[in-house]
Amino acid sequence: MSSSRGTGRQYWVAIRAMIVLTIVVGVIYPLVITGVGQLAFAAQANGSLVKVNGTTVGSSLIGQSFTDAKGNAIATWFQSRPSAAGKGYDSGASSGSNYGPENPTLITSIADRKKAIESLDGVTASQIPADALTTSASGLDPQISPAYALLQVNAVAKARGLDPSKVKALVESKIQGRDLGYLGEPTVNVLQLNIALAEMSK
Amino acid sequence: MYFWLFIAQVATLVLILGLLYRPLGDYMATVYTTRKNLKVERGIYRLIGVNPDSDQTWPVYLRSVLAVSAIGILIVYGMQRLQQFLPYSLGLPAVPEGLSFNTAISFVTNTNWQSYSPEVTMGYTVQMAGLAVQNFVSAAVGIAVAIALVRGFALRKSGTIGNFWVDLIRGTIRILLPLSIIAAIVLLAGGVIQNFNGFQHVTTITGATQSIPGGPVASQEAIKQLGTNGGGFFNVNSAHPFENPTPWTNIFAIILMLAIPFALPRTFGTMVGDKRQGYAILATMGTLFIASLVAMTLFEFDGSGTAPIAAGGAMEGKETRFGILGSTLFATSSTITSTGAVNSMHDSYTALGGGVAMINMMLGEVAPGGVGSGLYGILVIAIIAVFIAGLMVGRTPEYLGKKLGAREMKLASLYILATPTLVLVGTALSFAIPAVRADIEKTSMWNPGLHGFSEVLYAFTSAGNNNGSAFAGLTANTPWLNSALGVVMFLGRFLPIVFALALAGSLAAQDRVPATAGTLPTHKPQFIGLLIGTIILVSALTYFPVLALGPLAEGLR
Repeated sequence: MSSSRGTGRQYWVAIRAMIVLTIVVGVIYPLVITGVGQLAFAAQANGSLVKVNGTTVGSSLIGQSFTDAKGNAIATWFQSRPSAAGKGYDSGASSGSNYGPENPTLITSIADRKKAIESLDGVTASQIPADALTTSASGLDPQISPAYALLQVNAVAKARGLDPSKVKALVESKIQGRDLGYLGEPTVNVLQLNIALAEMSK
Repeated sequence: MYFWLFIAQVATLVLILGLLYRPLGDYMATVYTTRKNLKVERGIYRLIGVNPDSDQTWPVYLRSVLAVSAIGILIVYGMQRLQQFLPYSLGLPAVPEGLSFNTAISFVTNTNWQSYSPEVTMGYTVQMAGLAVQNFVSAAVGIAVAIALVRGFALRKSGTIGNFWVDLIRGTIRILLPLSIIAAIVLLAGGVIQNFNGFQHVTTITGATQSIPGGPVASQEAIKQLGTNGGGFFNVNSAHPFENPTPWTNIFAIILMLAIPFALPRTFGTMVGDKRQGYAILATMGTLFIASLVAMTLFEFDGSGTAPIAAGGAMEGKETRFGILGSTLFATSSTITSTGAVNSMHDSYTALGGGVAMINMMLGEVAPGGVGSGLYGILVIAIIAVFIAGLMVGRTPEYLGKKLGAREMKLASLYILATPTLVLVGTALSFAIPAVRADIEKTSMWNPGLHGFSEVLYAFTSAGNNNGSAFAGLTANTPWLNSALGVVMFLGRFLPIVFALALAGSLAAQDRVPATAGTLPTHKPQFIGLLIGTIILVSALTYFPVLALGPLAEGLR
């Protein structure tokens, strides 16, 4: 009897403890962090939005596709990696492909992507880096490898009627090195590169 | 070049965790041993009706753990079921019963397995005031149970093992909350979002539209890593640029995951009055961690398998900014700490690289394991190791001055059998029941063949060991997997806790026997080797056959 009363008491304590903890770490804590974020780090806290002429055109952290409605690459833009988020770069449905290393669909896709890039960028298959042939983990990868960006220079320059050496210089200026020199990989942010490209084309 | 980058990154981790080891470990020891209560804590004890000076016997301590967990499950279940009435739910409907059941257990057990895609399932209130609260509470529960077991070694002839409510509140208020606040602010600076904006619709430079998500992410991300929870605010977890924007936030997240589990051996050493014992546990954890990290990194750089070879590298399911090294460092840390966050899709790893992720969990999450659960897990295996050594020399085994008799060995044995049983029975039933097997093959498996089997094995391994990561191609939002994984997570969490607390009670009741010439020293390299051997032996013997059916068969063919 005393044991069951003890157990009942433990549950009454547990209910009150959960209410108190919910208020402290489930309401006050996130609101304080929101306050700090909005006051001290407003740009980051709201999604690192990128504006062109005062209009928001995306986020520097969330990748975009530079394709037409059918999903075909638009030759005048640098292309992002393939994406498994929705129909491609659907930021409401982040996702990787989750295809395993022997998955036949993935093996076919890689072969198809190779052919598409060969014809789009006028390069040979052996020049294409791995990130151009694979989908990212998030499906929203905002970046590509410098190798893939440089690979696209000639085709983009041709489509826009620009001097390839100038486009190449632009890409090189947009290469971001490793954090602190040793963390992560060198990258090129595709949205920022394309915005600079549009600026240059004016 | 990658060799040196690897060395530099590992050296960074060793340096920072090394600098944290003593101050954080000793601070935690003080938190759980001092008699002084903060003013805010005294207020909380009054509100919840607890006398902080009254200690509990192990059965009462256990009942308190179970009570707060049961209430937690009910609250998280209820919030999901009533989501449409909650503010900031983004117009999302109530979460279905089976999924709510699975998710409630998942977050209360510190697993954070997610059968759902958060963007289209969970509004801000459920995530912030339901799921993230459990990120704190389940972590504090884990540390409390570990501390109770350490008290079992530290106390003499004691009928009690501390007061759970005091341990829970102190762990939350003095350890997890302050560290989370600091971590969340660092993450904000790095680009993790924190707002209540919902989806912002913008027109891109190609004229297409994009919906940029919002949410209180930084506050949740901090405790997700620090409490080794791992539940992502977004579907792709720490691969999402809003959860993990840069390579430096990536290594920061890794440090958060490892900080408490690697400092707890110090807490243990300090509390039992022999800091060398803490170093021995630390060395064991560290050795296994490094070995596993090297193995996974080598397999991923090697990039074997048809698709990685065709692509010229194992970059499927990996982010450009992290590369292979940033991905394996995170994946190792996450699977060997019971965090289960992912910054790359383990399903797309090479067969053997993904196999290492599974082995990390199969080791029992002890190197360093989850917050608290890693320490009590490895102490139980240490008991087994001492026992094996005792058998070899024919002496009554003792660990830290406590005799390991029949009762202690029964509890330790039940402890190490519980999780493997759940994992293997769960996986086996998924294929043995014809109707379930048909459903698994038709609905759940994403990849065909051996890899599909690995997805199911990974799921039960992750659930049983309360990790929460996945071979995420698996569709787990089915009646069978929601129920079976829910049960496996629940038992995988609370059976070991029952045995650990029973052990704590029985050890605390003993007097301490003085060490003699025949006592096995448990702070020397010999014992570290024995402990590593025992951890590997126990898991290898249990899991080798089933690994041979999945990742080994796929990787070696």
